[in-house]
Amino acid sequence: MDIFLQQVLNGLVLGSVYALVALGYTMVYGILGLINFAHGEVVMIGAMVALTVMNAMAGMGTALPPQIVLAAAVVTAIGVCMALSFSIERVAYRPLRRAPRLAPLITAIGVSILLQNLAMLIWGRQYHTFPRIVSATPHNIGGASITDLQIIIIAVCAAIMTGLLLLVHYTRLGRAMRATAENPTVAGLMGVNINRIISATFVIGAAMGAVAGVLVAANYSIAHYSMGFTLGLKAFTAAVLGGIGNLGGAMLGGLLLGLIESIGAGYVGDLTGGFLGSHYQDVFAFLVLVLVLVLRPTGLLGERVAERA
Amino acid sequence: MEIRYRGLMRGTIVAVSTFALAAMLSACGKKEDQSGAGGTASAIERVVKIGHAGPLTGPIAHLGKDNENGVKLALEEANAAGTVIGGEKIRFEMISEDDEANPQKGTVVAQKLVDAKVAGVIGHLNSGTTIPASKLYHDAGLPQVSPSATNVDYTNQGFKTAFRVMANDAQQGKVLGEYAVKKLGAKKIAVIDDRSAYGKGLADQFEMAAKAGGAQIITREFTDTTKTDFTAILTSIKGKQPDLLFYGGMDSQAGPMMKQIKNLGLKATYLAGDGVQTAQFLTLAGPEGETAYASSPGVPLDQMPGGKAFAEKYQKMFNQPIQLYAPYAYDAMNTMIAAMKKAGSVDPAKYLPELAGIEHQGVTGMIRFDQKGDIKGGSISLYQVKGSTWGYLETVGGG
Repeated sequence: MDIFLQQVLNGLVLGSVYALVALGYTMVYGILGLINFAHGEVVMIGAMVALTVMNAMAGMGTALPPQIVLAAAVVTAIGVCMALSFSIERVAYRPLRRAPRLAPLITAIGVSILLQNLAMLIWGRQYHTFPRIVSATPHNIGGASITDLQIIIIAVCAAIMTGLLLLVHYTRLGRAMRATAENPTVAGLMGVNINRIISATFVIGAAMGAVAGVLVAANYSIAHYSMGFTLGLKAFTAAVLGGIGNLGGAMLGGLLLGLIESIGAGYVGDLTGGFLGSHYQDVFAFLVLVLVLVLRPTGLLGERVAERA
Repeated sequence: MEIRYRGLMRGTIVAVSTFALAAMLSACGKKEDQSGAGGTASAIERVVKIGHAGPLTGPIAHLGKDNENGVKLALEEANAAGTVIGGEKIRFEMISEDDEANPQKGTVVAQKLVDAKVAGVIGHLNSGTTIPASKLYHDAGLPQVSPSATNVDYTNQGFKTAFRVMANDAQQGKVLGEYAVKKLGAKKIAVIDDRSAYGKGLADQFEMAAKAGGAQIITREFTDTTKTDFTAILTSIKGKQPDLLFYGGMDSQAGPMMKQIKNLGLKATYLAGDGVQTAQFLTLAGPEGETAYASSPGVPLDQMPGGKAFAEKYQKMFNQPIQLYAPYAYDAMNTMIAAMKKAGSVDPAKYLPELAGIEHQGVTGMIRFDQKGDIKGGSISLYQVKGSTWGYLETVGGG
């Protein structure tokens, strides 16, 4: 039984990160109807920038406590990612607002490839070690092990998601975002500055993505230029699973996908009597996605995309 | 022309000329890349191209680059010493291709090298890419010496052009299996492999040897060559309480795996093959890498006849330490050159028989091939991580 609990804990850690990244995808899709493929790479850039800052500070020989170093790295990563996402929106997506849906989609893929290769040129092709900041001694909870870092990941993701929900439902900015998500034209007529709201959406998503990137890199102690691709793909899948455009859906989808992957990889071998091994982990996750979409095409909590008059 | 089409025409011309310009520039760039040892050949010299294939991007790019450096070092020395073959002054140039450790890309790259009419190929690094590529080289009659592919299938295909300079996985798996059962006293063993030709092959050989030694394989789990999250399969393994965990795969994943093993509190001895016995593993696993065991074909660098001197030369030229297989790539290249000298020709058809029967004293030891193309008298050494470095334990076989 403690193994099941362990798998669940693993799944929660994985799922929290998916959820955080999925929110970036879902917010953009809800307003623009655009799948921002570049978001996964923004997450990666967040991790790489944080890594660079931490190495630089360690190299300078400053005797700052590791928490300060980490904080500085995260703040820098958030800043860089916010600026990056803002520029991407301005340069690549805004000119294509009126274009048929295919154009921004291809552009997004192009930006993703561009960022990946840029990262490869800047940081090289090898896997970089992410410094250990939090102690790695595992705690025992009912037979399952969890480290401080994993607890932090779950807590940070939960805090950020709560913060986002509060922002969206109880602030003026949030109200403007919801209005834009419902119907951009009418929202514009009601006095909402659409361009600013869209930029804000990208920027908030990028900030969350940067934090997610740092958390992922810290969890596996590895950062490299292609870490964003699969993570982005899975996070987008999670967003669709929960209902694209729906914030609660993204969170639920992320957690669910993490749990399914974890439990699937752990038990698929036993369930199928060794016929399917644990390398079918991804197959399992996507199979669930297909089933959910066949039975409920709008995702678990229903999709919310802007009405285009 | 109608006004509507004029823009289209102009646009097409602009697009086509931009394409052409870009193609020309990239082709120019590529040629400079392939010049290898700089400078232009003088009129009396003959330029001989040698192909190298390995993963220069991806999780094991550091190992692919290491091989490339080994070949480069050998060629630079040969050029500096002024090699004369069959009465002609020869200048070697390396054409290095990136196969991304991907078997499909490997065959594309192999075809490229065959079409470039190289005189020989040192490569590839992974068994997964070497085996399919070897068919192409065999069909072209191009001798291929792999510095690091250890899967048995490579030399079991009956290709006279396939050689390797390190012991294969049949030996390595056997040694590992026996070590696990006899020396480490493991009775319940869990096996993970990365589904690559190398990882799967090594894990299969290990399983056979361990079972023959009387141990029980309680589970076999799989991952792939790109994953860094193993918590699910490790948790499942933890529930089965093994004495020993064997991993068939590479260092870029074994590193994070060790971390996750310690995080989960999985108490089992960790044993792996040569893909893990690297400096990169120590960097990635950090303090969690302590007490991990791994094997590597051949003997430790400082026990190799030319090991220390080679390590110094390598450090001087590339400003970084050897990763793993560079000495083997160096020896592979020099063995090929030695065969060419003996045959007095760089023509593959002429020097291939000499290569099969060559006896070359390399930095890793004496290089001699058996009739399948495997190295004769290959040995396997075992290492353990102690004090954040690989400590040498013992060598099996050899001589």
